[in-house]
Amino acid sequence: MSILVDDKTRLLVQGITGKEGAFHTKQCIEYGTRVVAGVTPGKGGTKQEEVPVFDTVERAVRETGANASMIFVPPAFAADAILEAADSGLPLVVCITEGIPTIDMVRVKRYLAGRSTRLVGPNCPGVITPGKCKVGIMPGFIHKPGNVGVISRSGTLTYEAVDQLTRRGIGQSTCIGIGGDPVIGSAFIDLLRLFQADAETCAVVIIGEIGGTAEEEAAAFVRASMTKPVVGFIAGRTAPPGKRMGHAGAIIAGGKGTAAEKITAMTAAGIAVCESPAKIGETVASALKAT
Amino acid sequence: MKIHEYQAKDLLKKFGVPVPRGRATDNPEEARKIAEELGCPVVVKAQIHAGGRGKGGGIKLANLPEDAEKAARSIIGMNLVTHQTGPAGRLVKRVLVEEEGKIARELYLGIVIDRASASPVVMASEAGGMDIEEVAANTPEKILKVGVDPAVGLQPFQIRKLCYGLNLTKELIGKVGRIISGLYNVFVQSDCSLAEVNPLAITENGDALAMDAKINLDDNALFRHEDLRALRDTNEEDALEVEASKHDLSYIKLDGSVGCMVNGAGLAMATMDIIKLHGLMPANFLDVGGAASSERVSNAFRILTSDPNLRAVLINIFGGIVRCDRVANGIVEALKEVEVRVPIVVRLEGTNSKEAREILQKSGLKFMVAETLDDAARKAVAAAR
Repeated sequence: MSILVDDKTRLLVQGITGKEGAFHTKQCIEYGTRVVAGVTPGKGGTKQEEVPVFDTVERAVRETGANASMIFVPPAFAADAILEAADSGLPLVVCITEGIPTIDMVRVKRYLAGRSTRLVGPNCPGVITPGKCKVGIMPGFIHKPGNVGVISRSGTLTYEAVDQLTRRGIGQSTCIGIGGDPVIGSAFIDLLRLFQADAETCAVVIIGEIGGTAEEEAAAFVRASMTKPVVGFIAGRTAPPGKRMGHAGAIIAGGKGTAAEKITAMTAAGIAVCESPAKIGETVASALKAT
Repeated sequence: MKIHEYQAKDLLKKFGVPVPRGRATDNPEEARKIAEELGCPVVVKAQIHAGGRGKGGGIKLANLPEDAEKAARSIIGMNLVTHQTGPAGRLVKRVLVEEEGKIARELYLGIVIDRASASPVVMASEAGGMDIEEVAANTPEKILKVGVDPAVGLQPFQIRKLCYGLNLTKELIGKVGRIISGLYNVFVQSDCSLAEVNPLAITENGDALAMDAKINLDDNALFRHEDLRALRDTNEEDALEVEASKHDLSYIKLDGSVGCMVNGAGLAMATMDIIKLHGLMPANFLDVGGAASSERVSNAFRILTSDPNLRAVLINIFGGIVRCDRVANGIVEALKEVEVRVPIVVRLEGTNSKEAREILQKSGLKFMVAETLDDAARKAVAAAR
């Protein structure tokens, strides 16, 4: 098993004819992902990388049986693209787009409540189940099939962590970038729940950063409901308050959302928190040995 | 993006929120004229993007128009230090001259996005005029909150709930209610990340007014608010950060001595953290983005090296889709254009990292090439010492 994506995933790409969309569609296909459709309004009937392009998601799903979407639509139109995907009943939507206004995401979250669509992102590298399916912009070759789940708010820092795991021979069941924005589709806890239930996942790494309280919520969930070992890292111990550190969501506001608060909560919940980002692989190795 | 108090009040006024009569100026004589128009007493308030102005001497009361001029003369050009500006303080370029109201009560009103519930939350408190963060920390029960369902917006019953909770008289419930509703409209329609009225003043003659206002705008939404984008005041920002933003680089100046250039915000923060773990402090946060082309790297070098505290530079790139050999070429090209006098430690990992190391070694330029993140941080810290 694994979570969210596997060899049964039939991917649709919204914004497939844009520069980023076209490039990463090609990369995903090369990795082995089955890309069955693309959507760009006005380009229906054409092909991109041999993939048929449709004007609407509804029609693309009807004609190709797509069951997941990856979104590269520019920020001004991305919220609409997510809603269109959800309206078509797609179970999984992965939004890569960076720079979506927060209030748009507030409305999207409200629309998704009570629907069966799971959103990952926006402003994220995507989801990969190594060896089976890549839905995103991460470099496939650093990953290795295995039993450790990875959930992260970051992009390249996730690659760093995955690389450390792979170099030690530790493979991954599924790796998910949940995104660096203040309002995102799936939080740590949503995915921890899936990893806890996934027979193939033996341990989980969560990589957080300053801003918000998602890590504290994850810690509470781990304490109450996780039996599998969890390793953590929080980026931004040296970040000054009141400054947005690249990601829209990475900001210490009103004295809240510091790395110290998060590390305290996670440690108290039994999560093995690494002090150094260079020790993530090592910490996972010893957590696996202890089980 | 932050905006000034006078800009925030102009915005509030457009949405029907009553604010004191007044006008901003950068000229002390004009301040006197404004005071004459309004009638004294007036308040002269320094306009900077930081709170705590009163304690720092940035807010003065004037009983005569000539006092308003004198106050404006002393405030404009002053270096105002408050608990929010840091020890360096902020140069005041403009004052807001406003009528002074006789205040009977000070309330607090604020709206933010609550990240956990992914919806706007309206907060109100009878403990107005104070640092709301302190109120939240010491007496959280004094803050009333209502969460707004974005599908229907702020409802009248929620406004009533807040108003009754604030123990307002019948006459005031209507007035304060209209302010709450106006502030909510500002928040949603202008794409704010924070909209705050503190204090919301109840005057002795029974009016409700936004005496002070603070509005932060969502950077991601500025593309659809040309009018609000024009309110940016780059004088309030660090000069290097402004320069970086022109080149689309995400840069934040810090106080340490080890500069870093990293691709990706999370990895950039982690790189800062590991520098500290090795005993020195980072000089900056810098995300060069996914492309890390020679142009971006050159610009990044220019910005980093204009920091006089810089003792070493650590370049940490995890090449994914971007190939490390391209990044290495970019670094070599950039160093032909920009002179960097401090030691440079380079760590390139990921796609084509081996080829990248060869490019760096063959370039004839003096790099210290590091293998791992730990090794890179150790070398950079040693070089800075």
